[in-house]
Amino acid sequence: MALDNATVQQKVAEKFGEAVKDFTEPYDMLTFEVDRDKAIELMQFLRDDDILRFNFLTTMCGIHFPDNEVERQFAVMYQMHNWLDNTRVRFKAFLNGENPEVESATRLFNSANWMEREAFDFYGIIFKGHPDLKRILNMDEMVSFPMRKEFPLEDQGRTDKDDRYFGRFPANSAEVGSVTPGGNR
Amino acid sequence: MSEIVLKTIEEKYAEMIKQRENEDGSELSILNLGPTHPATHGIFQNVLLMDGEKILDAEPTIGYIHRAFEKIAENRPFYQITPLTDRMNYCSSPINNMGWWLTVEKLLGVEVPKRAQYIRVIMMELARITDHLICNSILAVDSGAFTGFLYVMQYREKVYEIYEELCGARLTTNMGRIGGLERDLSDTGFRKLRAFLKEFPVAFKEFETLVSRNRIFMDRCINVGGISAEKAISYGFTGPNLRAAGVDYDIRKVNPYSSYQDFEFDIPVGKSGDTYDRYCVRNEEVWQSVRIIQQALDNMPDGPYHADVPDYYLPPKEQVYNNMEALIYHFKIVMGEIPVPKGEVYHAVEGGNGELGFYLVSDGSRVPYRLHFRRPCFIYYQAFTEMIKGGYLSDAILILSSLNVIAGELDS
Repeated sequence: MALDNATVQQKVAEKFGEAVKDFTEPYDMLTFEVDRDKAIELMQFLRDDDILRFNFLTTMCGIHFPDNEVERQFAVMYQMHNWLDNTRVRFKAFLNGENPEVESATRLFNSANWMEREAFDFYGIIFKGHPDLKRILNMDEMVSFPMRKEFPLEDQGRTDKDDRYFGRFPANSAEVGSVTPGGNR
Repeated sequence: MSEIVLKTIEEKYAEMIKQRENEDGSELSILNLGPTHPATHGIFQNVLLMDGEKILDAEPTIGYIHRAFEKIAENRPFYQITPLTDRMNYCSSPINNMGWWLTVEKLLGVEVPKRAQYIRVIMMELARITDHLICNSILAVDSGAFTGFLYVMQYREKVYEIYEELCGARLTTNMGRIGGLERDLSDTGFRKLRAFLKEFPVAFKEFETLVSRNRIFMDRCINVGGISAEKAISYGFTGPNLRAAGVDYDIRKVNPYSSYQDFEFDIPVGKSGDTYDRYCVRNEEVWQSVRIIQQALDNMPDGPYHADVPDYYLPPKEQVYNNMEALIYHFKIVMGEIPVPKGEVYHAVEGGNGELGFYLVSDGSRVPYRLHFRRPCFIYYQAFTEMIKGGYLSDAILILSSLNVIAGELDS
């Protein structure tokens, strides 16, 4: 019998009780939240349980919620897949905004290694117990974590690109209306 | 942050070399393979610790063509994200495009008409053919057999001509729209497709005759870079590289999308997961793709080529110029002011290299709150170090080739 979301939810809730909450099923995928201390324990349970058998870590990524309270400003999303029953599950662990730390999943899945490095590289999430946590796509000298929401897409100090050439005016510009694109710079 | 000590890999290796020299007098050396080595087919670097011809250790460095797609996507309406997906796996752009549209359609709840689904399937399978052709023919080139490559490359051009008939572009296709396609495949397109189906199998057969049972090619590939199914799963392998190890996991069968359930096709699997198995699996997948395209063409349903969703699908140009309402919708869509529900959605398609997933978090605004691409290359390339350790340098080149690591997808 194929594994359905209700069974997964029941088993997980039974085992972890208070540590898991907010079960929803957006677009048919069971999604829930887990306490950050229990995230990897949960992953191990999902993988090793005889009925659940989520054998594959499909993906994981960081998300930044700067508008949340400090305790919930970062999230790590994990997604696992049971290939035998073809069931997917997604769970999120919310992390502290000033000190985002969570245990590493590298001891369970080799594939977590680079995925965690990516989340570290872009969000500065520290994965405790990771064998080689360093930047992966950005250069090593970089000091910021560019996917955090406080970084705008473009460097606001850029001077080589003048918005007026594109028919746009900076909101606080005194020259609005008096400048023709391409003229009097 | 301060507890992370950055130490260049060369320094680490220099210490190891010194240590080994003191221990048994052996002379190890460091070899820098890449970033722009002609044999790596892309920009990625590997610093190798060598004992003569043998690789003892390796440290890959990636990110040379990182273009911050996930960050850019957080600032672009949905229509402007497709060109980003093109540039991930540029050997099979239509699969990336369709994967993205399918994700958006899943979020918005748009039902795509059958005809559009079938044409999408044709385009995706053509893309898979070109992707596998590149990988396998270049693998043959890397092992010294150039002729096969020349036999099949012409057909990649023919596929690109078919793309042109649908979307006007060849490599970075930006194909499709929310709810279907930008235009129906033209008669010329269908004619070219039929010609392709007639001529390509002949040429591909020729390619297989030249390469598959070639003694030198077999000796170079068999038992090189093998990986067990268990290891492959732990390393997050998907796609042909996983199937070569003997696991029949294919999204087209597991979670059929775009009417894949209507077609009959087999999933080829290998046994040992070595370079030769990967080659054979890809070859067989090309035949299966031809089979799917043939079925789609034979059973092509009539009907519209896009869903009737005026909120998301651009109105035709003549209406935009002559009709106020169409003009308003045109502007709204172009500016990205379309109704988007809140929610999170994951959709995966079987890309050229495996499970290509899109994880989209929407907060109801015109741009995604978070868009994460599950790029198969990025995830399985981390096994490369382990696969080449203990082997010869020349084998490492073949393993890299047969894994079909596409730098664009690797670095996003």
